[in-house]
Amino acid sequence: MLLLILKRIGLGLITLFIVSLITFVGVEVLPGDACTTYLEREAYGAALDACIKRLGLDVPAYERYLDWASNVVRGDFGYSLSGEMPINEVLGPRVKNSLVLASVSILIGIPLAIVLGIITALWRDKLPDIMISTITIFSMTIPEFISATLLILVVAIWLGWLPGIVIIPSDATFYELLSNIILPVVAISMIMTAHMARMVRSSVIQVMASDYVQMAILKGVPYWKMVFRHVLPNALLPAINVVALTIAWLLGGVVVTEVVFNYPGLGRLVIESISNRDLPVVQALAIILASIYVGINLIADLMTLMLNPRLKSLQIRK
Amino acid sequence: MESNLITEDKHKNKLEKAFEILKTMASKPSGLIGLSIVLFHVVLALLSPYIAPYDYKAISPNTMLLAPSAEHWFGTDSLGRDVFTRTILGGRTALTVTFFGSLIALLWGGLLGIFCGLVGGKIDDVVMRVVDAFLSIPWILAMLLIVSLLGTSTEVLIPALGFFYGKGIVRVARAATHDVIAKDFIVSARARGHSNMSIIWNEIIPNVRDAILVEGAMRWSWMLLGFSSLSFLGFGVSPPTPDWGLMISNARGLMSFAYWSVIAPIVGLSSLIIGINLTADAFAKALGIDRSTKAPV
Repeated sequence: MLLLILKRIGLGLITLFIVSLITFVGVEVLPGDACTTYLEREAYGAALDACIKRLGLDVPAYERYLDWASNVVRGDFGYSLSGEMPINEVLGPRVKNSLVLASVSILIGIPLAIVLGIITALWRDKLPDIMISTITIFSMTIPEFISATLLILVVAIWLGWLPGIVIIPSDATFYELLSNIILPVVAISMIMTAHMARMVRSSVIQVMASDYVQMAILKGVPYWKMVFRHVLPNALLPAINVVALTIAWLLGGVVVTEVVFNYPGLGRLVIESISNRDLPVVQALAIILASIYVGINLIADLMTLMLNPRLKSLQIRK
Repeated sequence: MESNLITEDKHKNKLEKAFEILKTMASKPSGLIGLSIVLFHVVLALLSPYIAPYDYKAISPNTMLLAPSAEHWFGTDSLGRDVFTRTILGGRTALTVTFFGSLIALLWGGLLGIFCGLVGGKIDDVVMRVVDAFLSIPWILAMLLIVSLLGTSTEVLIPALGFFYGKGIVRVARAATHDVIAKDFIVSARARGHSNMSIIWNEIIPNVRDAILVEGAMRWSWMLLGFSSLSFLGFGVSPPTPDWGLMISNARGLMSFAYWSVIAPIVGLSSLIIGINLTADAFAKALGIDRSTKAPV
């Protein structure tokens, strides 16, 4: 068991190592280096020399990678080109803002998804299922930027209930954030809830058809007791991994949503740093986002392992 | 024995088989709706250059932000361009880019997956590690990185999208190959002394084709989502190319009084994505492949 956990953590670390190599090599082999890309037409003379010196581009690539990687392991991402300050200082408030947005969305989204998933499964092909399933299909297939734009158009412009875009500095306090994030949270949790609700639904339906549930029904176990005692514990377990994948997938969707609502989080930083051609920040973001992805999947794997004794004896991966 | 069955299957009229699958797909309302939406978009995309009433890049100060009327069915945008013209041509852009992108994704993803599943061992381990690593970079970051360093022309976008969305197909193709590889007909083909190439071509591909095609259909809708998101963020096709993502992003700032120029591309893009999704689901069901428990990767 312990060995299995260690193996999974090891696999995650290898994945992160490859991600760091990919981003580093990607930036390296493509035409131009960080300095010429960033300075564009002004890339000559003293400015270029100063930039090369500051980024240490005058030493060989593998040395730079080792240097950069060992700094990253110690939590130091280096220096931002456009902000003229350490990347950690740029990241700090952005990470906090994105965390607030993501955790509020998850706190609303997961319970809602479980309830909706159960309702649609228990009333399968009846009116509640048809209605909820239609809505979930719509909200999970329509791109984030469209649902966000429509939300702004209807709620902010036509109805005038809430502000359409977020106008706060990136170092806003928690309470300032909360009052501003209602629409972004709705936009994000709508898609997330839809995905998860569908997974919960198919999982519940699968368990409902199993032998032990049929047995419970035949034994005369009351319906709701059967649902809560026999169906749900078994149905929600496989959903954990899917929830993790959905959250990880949302890392991309959050970028778009943050741009639509002008929300000062990590996502907008991705766009800003790529527009500014600030490659050190882009590299840092790639590592951070990939770590979140690997981390979420690792937690989900471990949770499934802990909760399901049968899986303990299985192999790691087919 | 089974290998004989498959070769017989190959000789069966392919058109007839495709028609049967289409019929199964259209037998359910959701499949029928999906198929008709996709068909409508494809026909419109093919006809759009001939039926577009205006020039998509004709700028005119006299026709700025006009409301929908008999001359301009969907109104005009902030540069005086006809929104109807740009919307129907936008479908052409979206379908062309994502169709060829999906084709590339299917080809390289499918072949690499089959190859890895067949040879196994060290090569397989290394390739799958790299695929996993690529999967853990959020799609938007990877795509943005590629296009910001290579440029945003369609010649770059199509292979970039094709490469990026093919990595998920590698896994599906590999898993499907693993399912068939232990079967008797592969063992007997090996015993007959067939080469790896011949086994891949004659024995494995006919058996994993369905799974890969279903995955490809699903990737198609994600690719459309990814492509239009890129355009929306300003990293997709460059103006004045008529493109839905670009149109929405341009018209967004003025939508408090000119909502028509944002509604038309929204309807176009949403309906196409929903249509592709419904079609892919019906396709999977018609081929007997369950993908209800899959999450997007």
